[in-house]
Amino acid sequence: MSTTAEHEASQRLTNGHDATNAAVSVRALWKVFGPKAEQIVGSPEATLSRSELMTRTGCTVAVNDVSFDVAPGEVFVVMGLSGSGKSTLIRCLTRLIEPTAGEVLLDGEDVRDMSDTRLRELRRTHVSMVFQHFGLLPHRQVIDNVAYGLEIRGAKKKERHARAKEMVDLVGLTGYERSYPDQLSGGMQQRVGLARALAVDPSVMLFDEPFSALDPLIRRDMQKEVIRLHEEVGKTMVFVTHDLQEALKLGDRILIMRDGAVVQIGTPAEVVAQPADDYVRDFVSDVPRSHVLTLRYVMREPRPSDSDEGPVMSPDTIVRQAARAALASAHPVRVVENGQVIGIVDDDAILRVVVAEEGAPA
Amino acid sequence: MTATATTRDVVGPGTKVGLRRVPRWGQALFVLGIWVLVWAVMRGQDTLILPGQAKTGLHDSMSQWKSDLIAGRDDNAFMQFTGWIADQIEAVGTWLQELVSEPAPPRPVPEIGWFGVVAVASWVGFAVAGWRIALLVLGSFLAFGLLGYWEDSMDTLIITFFSVAVALVVGLPLAVLMAKSTRVTAVVAPVLDLLQTMPSFNYLLPVFLFFGLGIPAGVVATVIYCTPPVVRIAAHGIRSVSGTTVEATDSVGQTRWQRLRKVELPMAKSTIVVGINQTTLAALAIVIIGGFINMPGLGGPVLDALTGQQTGNAFVSGLCIVIMAIMLDRTTTAASVHGEKLARSGTFDPRRHRIVLAVTGAVALVCVYYSRTYLKLAEFPESALGPAIGREMAMKVQSFADWFTSTFDAWTTAIKDVVSTFLLNPLQDLIANSPWYVTAVALTMLALVVSGLRPALITVVCLTGLYLSDLWNDSMITLTMTLVGALIVMILALVLGVAMARRPGVDLVLRPVLDAAQVMPAFVYLIPTLLLFGPTRFTAIVAGVIYAAPIAIKLVADGIARVSATTVEAAVSSGSTAWQVITKVQLPMARGNVVLAVNQGLLYVLSVVVIGGLVGAGALGYDSVLGFSQSQYFGKGIAAAGCIVLLGIMLDRFARGAVERQQRNNDILTRRPISGAI
Ligand SMILES: Nc1ncnc2c1ncn2[C@@H]1O[C@H](COP(=O)(O)OP(=O)(O)O)[C@@H](O)[C@H]1O
Ligand SMILES: [Mg+2]
Repeated sequence: MSTTAEHEASQRLTNGHDATNAAVSVRALWKVFGPKAEQIVGSPEATLSRSELMTRTGCTVAVNDVSFDVAPGEVFVVMGLSGSGKSTLIRCLTRLIEPTAGEVLLDGEDVRDMSDTRLRELRRTHVSMVFQHFGLLPHRQVIDNVAYGLEIRGAKKKERHARAKEMVDLVGLTGYERSYPDQLSGGMQQRVGLARALAVDPSVMLFDEPFSALDPLIRRDMQKEVIRLHEEVGKTMVFVTHDLQEALKLGDRILIMRDGAVVQIGTPAEVVAQPADDYVRDFVSDVPRSHVLTLRYVMREPRPSDSDEGPVMSPDTIVRQAARAALASAHPVRVVENGQVIGIVDDDAILRVVVAEEGAPA
Repeated sequence: MTATATTRDVVGPGTKVGLRRVPRWGQALFVLGIWVLVWAVMRGQDTLILPGQAKTGLHDSMSQWKSDLIAGRDDNAFMQFTGWIADQIEAVGTWLQELVSEPAPPRPVPEIGWFGVVAVASWVGFAVAGWRIALLVLGSFLAFGLLGYWEDSMDTLIITFFSVAVALVVGLPLAVLMAKSTRVTAVVAPVLDLLQTMPSFNYLLPVFLFFGLGIPAGVVATVIYCTPPVVRIAAHGIRSVSGTTVEATDSVGQTRWQRLRKVELPMAKSTIVVGINQTTLAALAIVIIGGFINMPGLGGPVLDALTGQQTGNAFVSGLCIVIMAIMLDRTTTAASVHGEKLARSGTFDPRRHRIVLAVTGAVALVCVYYSRTYLKLAEFPESALGPAIGREMAMKVQSFADWFTSTFDAWTTAIKDVVSTFLLNPLQDLIANSPWYVTAVALTMLALVVSGLRPALITVVCLTGLYLSDLWNDSMITLTMTLVGALIVMILALVLGVAMARRPGVDLVLRPVLDAAQVMPAFVYLIPTLLLFGPTRFTAIVAGVIYAAPIAIKLVADGIARVSATTVEAAVSSGSTAWQVITKVQLPMARGNVVLAVNQGLLYVLSVVVIGGLVGAGALGYDSVLGFSQSQYFGKGIAAAGCIVLLGIMLDRFARGAVERQQRNNDILTRRPISGAI
């Protein structure tokens, strides 16, 4: 889903440079629940296991020294098992949960330094959020739910209804403006949640497992919807999920969390091809690799003996897309970047990826 | 959770190694057995009997204190303050009375005559709850007039509305504070607990002291009594608004005030209306006993009829209260869903709705105009149709009652005698005729064994208070009546509750009856029971049983119904008989609710048994009534009121302790505070 420009931006950020024009920049962020939370931050106790820390101090470290940057227009996915601190992390970004330590920079401004008024301003205009359990107002019709953010900031009824109507149309709920949330299916309710978040025209959108409560089929629809919306409105998105498929499908980059700490940050292909540890390896073991891996991760060094008649492809081509052409040609694929052949992919390498996943439950 | 569990076990009686294996009811029986043995030897000694007309130095000094207080009223800032409040209430009350029920000089009739009042009331019913409710209101108001109690009914409504309005003005902000702050909750919740544990009767004496008689005293007593339900229920409603929704709406940057106004209050609205409904019914529950402090309204006629043994009149005036209770209950309940129901019905058109309201409102105003202009429409046309119907009905009921009592006297006397001989008298003998210290030790031991250390300590404190009040013996008699009543309630609750839970048909028939019965003010039940059993303690007990049974039956039925079907299925499939399923699976698993039913049974019965002092039940209730009626007994009355409170707290903590030990992890106790009687 990424355009080339965005992709370059994300590449840059992966390598840890250029945080200055990041849309969201998180530095050494901590959230500790419990008494005397501040004292845990950075102390030796923070390295204890959760249960041990709990019995000793009554505290839980939900977010443990997390840092990352999100480029403007990027879809940044946070992934981890339940309880790994994803929800806490994403709520710290707008201080729905107050961080214990660290920095959260939105367009360079530290959220933690904001006054209540400034913070409210930020939530009203700059960042909006979609929640797992929708969080709709049951006593309001769809149109008034969508318009809620505009109403809060004092927009006139006519104006906010016009805008809300646009958003309702945008998420495909035309005709349901006057329905109440409990008259809609789960998927439709989440569309309302989406429309509400879009209505204030934020530059950053946060999603906390928005589709986990939905049926698989509807979930797939909604994921497509997000991809479409991202293409149409081009917001920066931070997307929390515990579902790797979803992460791979949506994310330009993925942050994998365990027990509050960052295990790995990387593009889908990186995460699948070079898992940082067994936790991540376990996670990605069931992934249909041909859908994710790019040629960069299956190619070998070019040798002088290699044929120079094979098809030319970019290292960021996904294996599955390369498979047909590669297998059809009698010569191995030449991977070319900046006019240079940087690697060779022969049929064996492709078959290894494709065949390997036939045994695995996809 | 585990931490509390272990401390409990350490301090509980279970630590005595020998007792550990004996079940709690076994230990209780053991204590009881010893008590009986000691009683057999020492019966009649040190029973601290104080005859009805007797009083002690303590009582006299309290009476004196009251006289001094009243004599020095002009110098005492607090009394001046309460006096000032009383004046304000009186002014508003009188204004309302002159508006609808009393002549407003120089007019010989109220500002708005009955015709206008009926029209406006029906319109309000229509506006808040739809045309069905408008018809109900219309019918009810006409019934008040036709039965001959137009003025009294209007007075009762005035006091009820006035009090509910004050209760809401005070209670709703308090509820918001409670929902927002655990600190406020920590302070307010125990006060609400105490207020709800106390029988309403108890507010009367102190209120009488500080606010005198009539409207001010009536409103103050009613407000004190009816505020707790709305505070508690509304706070609960606000607190249980979905956290996700609050968070989601916070995330778009609302202020705290916007959150309260646009999210929390609207989402808690239906719960808040339930609170308002409960508060309204509680206010109505004071109406009759308000007669003791000359509160205008239906209380006076009912009390007069009751004390004068005029069953017919008591019935008709009581009927007005019943009609009013049903009307208010239905209206508030329907109002809670009306707005949304309208908005959700596909055909709703807000503009047309507004026009309809405006037009009907204008019609109501025209009616007001006519009722101001024409005398005929100002006073309920008494001579034409009014009291004749009421009087005729009273006469018919009276003759029916006379016939009934003379025909079934043998039966009712037999029932009364059986219960008295086999239950009431022996128990009273044991509790009240043991030496006071023996009873005290026995009760404390029982509390310790059944409910644990804390309830036992509270029992000691309460018993000490009873002893110091010089009303030990009367307290024990009241306690006996309460226990007997609660016992009968529990038998009914177990039998009917099990039947309801097991047979949907029974539930279908019984539940609406129980729901309706719960709406009635307790006092109403004295009327038929007095007819059946005459002025005795037994009457008070039966009225208490009728009043307490619905809630207890429902608690048991709901408790059993909640036992998972899978568990029952498993028991049945392993070959249990129906009886085994009930006694070994359903009742034990519903234990929390059963014990809660005991708690409610005790408190409800206590509250009625006390009022029963008026109809010959004697003991503490009689002492309290004496306190109103004769100035020199004021001290004794206050002491009796104190004893009633202590008994209430003691019984409440006793049953609560038992529940907590039974089901520490049952959410009933943490979620729904045990509320008290009437
Ligand atoms: N309000 C809270 N108080 C105490 N602990 C909390 C609170 N919220 C979350 N936690 C703990 O923080 C950890 C992370 O929770 P969460 O962020 O909800 O994880 P996730 O969204 O990944 O499932 C969990 O161990 C959870 O128990
Ligand atoms: Mg979560």
